Amino acid sequence: MKHCKKFLLALAAAFALFTQAAFAEKLRIGSEGAYPPFNLIDASGKVVGFDLDIAHALCAKMKVECEVVTSDWDGIIPALNAKKFDFIVASMSITDERKKAVDFTDPYYTNKLQFIGPKGTEVKVDKAGLKGKVVGAQRATIAGEWLEKNLGSAVDLKLYDTQENAYLDLSSGRIDLVLADVFVNWGWLKSDAGKEFEFKGEPVFDNDKIGIAVRKNDPLRERLNAALKAIIEDGTYKKINDQYFPFSIL
Amino acid sequence: MQWDVIIQWLPKLFEGVGLTLQLVALSGVIGLILAIPLGVARASQHWYVRALPYGYIFLFRGTPLLVQLFLVYYGLAQFEAVRKGPLWPYLRDPFWCAVITMTLHTMAYIAEIVRGAIQAVPAGEIEAARALGMSKWQTMLFITLPRAARIGLPAYSNEVILMLKASALASTITLLDLTGMARTIIARTYLPVEIFFAAGMLYLLISYGLVLCFKLLEKWLRVDTGQLGR
Repeated sequence: MKHCKKFLLALAAAFALFTQAAFAEKLRIGSEGAYPPFNLIDASGKVVGFDLDIAHALCAKMKVECEVVTSDWDGIIPALNAKKFDFIVASMSITDERKKAVDFTDPYYTNKLQFIGPKGTEVKVDKAGLKGKVVGAQRATIAGEWLEKNLGSAVDLKLYDTQENAYLDLSSGRIDLVLADVFVNWGWLKSDAGKEFEFKGEPVFDNDKIGIAVRKNDPLRERLNAALKAIIEDGTYKKINDQYFPFSIL
Repeated sequence: MQWDVIIQWLPKLFEGVGLTLQLVALSGVIGLILAIPLGVARASQHWYVRALPYGYIFLFRGTPLLVQLFLVYYGLAQFEAVRKGPLWPYLRDPFWCAVITMTLHTMAYIAEIVRGAIQAVPAGEIEAARALGMSKWQTMLFITLPRAARIGLPAYSNEVILMLKASALASTITLLDLTGMARTIIARTYLPVEIFFAAGMLYLLISYGLVLCFKLLEKWLRVDTGQLGR
């Protein structure tokens, strides 16, 4: 009888644990993994970077378990809407066009767009100065969109699947300039591959708000906003920021 | 489905169709021309003639086209010697990189088709040609190759259609072929279903056109009557 009681108790405990685990909410973070230093895949195959540190801090604040799912950049919004993951933390700019497809949280950093090119060349970053140049950008980014809208047919625009491929073509000399997020460019210029290159001109666009995308009307948005506010207030955000940049990017 | 979006972007998609057709036509034709000597050598009875084409075919059939494309486009460009070399004006251009890679790739497959077709020519016909006093080269030129062409044509048409679909990989090296154009349009409209549907339909139309062309060619070459002689 005593044994039986013990057994039942153990069974009940196991059951309680099991149900708790089963009902604990698990969220999936969507990211790209080819956009250092914001999101990249490290040597062990894990997705890491500024975006992911922020995402995990938000999950910790919301007290939920999170796992990371990667997606190609140009399919990342369709994948969110197809419920492959629950929110996108992948340095995504908040744009009116994207707002038609998804909802955004408050911005978690502010970005600028700035050209980079080989050292020692003189480039004026206006329509006249860029005429006839071959300019690279990542497909489906605001840099690509900005180039199409503002320079249109004046430049020869090359669109890449990943930012890394655009840099590869810049170093091989196939393209004259790359337009991308200033922090991403900053990270690349500091790397070995980027030492022959430098920023050209002033940032061409400096109010690019980066947010977390969720599906339309998903209540998750409010929870993320609250968590974001909390990590900014308690200093977690600053700690992550300082690991990557010697200046605040908020 | 938003049909008006498809119609609005159709002219752009047709631009992509143009580039896709150029890629397939160039690689299909150049690949065939280069594959014939390769296939003949591959069918040789001497091992030292066979060895080189065998190695080539092994290499290019054994690796994915995407990897080959990246090696040619991003890989070669890493070398200073290539960038300073005489071929750089071509290797700099993604279009020629795609044409070169697709040609090298399809050439390996077509060479195998040529080899198979040559070996399928009935031995009696070759013996008859030799008995009539034709030299080895005459037999190859007037008997074996014309017969092999008829035997290999259906397999070649298959390979061309496979290359049509493989050409979608060109979009990964900034080319705006049908797939590249579709992806760029989707980046602006966020309507993957509509645009990929339209692109898929266009691919289907192109394959249908190719199938028709090859059917006509088979009729003209009277491929079916060749089988009656057995």
